[in-house]
Amino acid sequence: MNVDITGPRILLSIPALGGFMLTESVVTTWIVMLILVLICRFLTKDMQVRPQKKRQVIAEWMVTSIQDLVKNDMGDNFLGTIYVPFIGALFALSAGCSISSVFGAKAPTRDLSTVLGWGVLVFILITYNKIKYGGIGGYLKGFTEPVFVMTPMNIISEIATPLSMTFRHFGNIVSGSVITALIYGGLSVLSHAVLGLIPGAVGSVLSQIPLLQFGLPAILSLYFDFFSSFMQAFIFCTLTMVYIGGAAGN
Amino acid sequence: MDAQTTQVLAKAIVAGLSALGAGCGMSGGIGPGIGEGYAVGKAIESMARQPEMRGTLTTTMFMGCAVAETTGIYSLIIALILIFANPLVSMF
Repeated sequence: MNVDITGPRILLSIPALGGFMLTESVVTTWIVMLILVLICRFLTKDMQVRPQKKRQVIAEWMVTSIQDLVKNDMGDNFLGTIYVPFIGALFALSAGCSISSVFGAKAPTRDLSTVLGWGVLVFILITYNKIKYGGIGGYLKGFTEPVFVMTPMNIISEIATPLSMTFRHFGNIVSGSVITALIYGGLSVLSHAVLGLIPGAVGSVLSQIPLLQFGLPAILSLYFDFFSSFMQAFIFCTLTMVYIGGAAGN
Repeated sequence: MDAQTTQVLAKAIVAGLSALGAGCGMSGGIGPGIGEGYAVGKAIESMARQPEMRGTLTTTMFMGCAVAETTGIYSLIIALILIFANPLVSMF
């Protein structure tokens, strides 16, 4: 049984660029991004004012649902800004990265660095919006509220926001993969023990094949790979929208 | 006892206590379990009262569950660090 939660495999290391390391999760993310771009190109090919093809209807449904999400969580004045495509891209990338584990890749979201990158991006956007809507004085004054003594607490909670989002996403995906690995290992041992009870040559041959590994892991994979992936992507995006909307004073 | 034996013993004690700590730390999973169960129960009550609000209630419930899950996830991460990437063992 091999439960591996150490960092991603390093495929290539370039000492000339200051020890730049190309990891497996970077390559997988690139592949996911390429697939997403190709899907977008396919869905938006020869669009017409009156939709004739199914794929245009799907594309329009995607865009309107993201617009509705942004309108509900961030307010009307964010509609039509850069945040609509940003949230859509974040959702698609997060869900795509997590689901890539179905195709045998090690999901990039199992790597803390990937999710921490998104968390830092969201933190920058929150701070940018706070300064944009409240001014730099208002931003600094926000730390001293409600009383001046609370300043250290406010600074900690400011830093905890992106960290909590990161660990929530990372922890959910990693716990799913650890549980799946444990169940695979357990089922292999169990089928070896149970099928070994059959006497004669039939038992000794059958006990080498982990027959019990069929079935149950598929149901778990349905939950951990599909449901959990979309759920975490949705939650990450909703929290992003709530925090940015809150920073803008809605 | 020579120095090497002491070192091995120290590492063994740290590793064993870390495993114990990871197990104890996962008792942090109790809180989210209770909290999520409570949230889902309330959501079902509301759905029984207002079945037409089902969509909104389900979305909000999942959001709340995911946020309530955070403390459990924190303890999971601490447990994983203690088991797989223990920083304390290398101190000896």
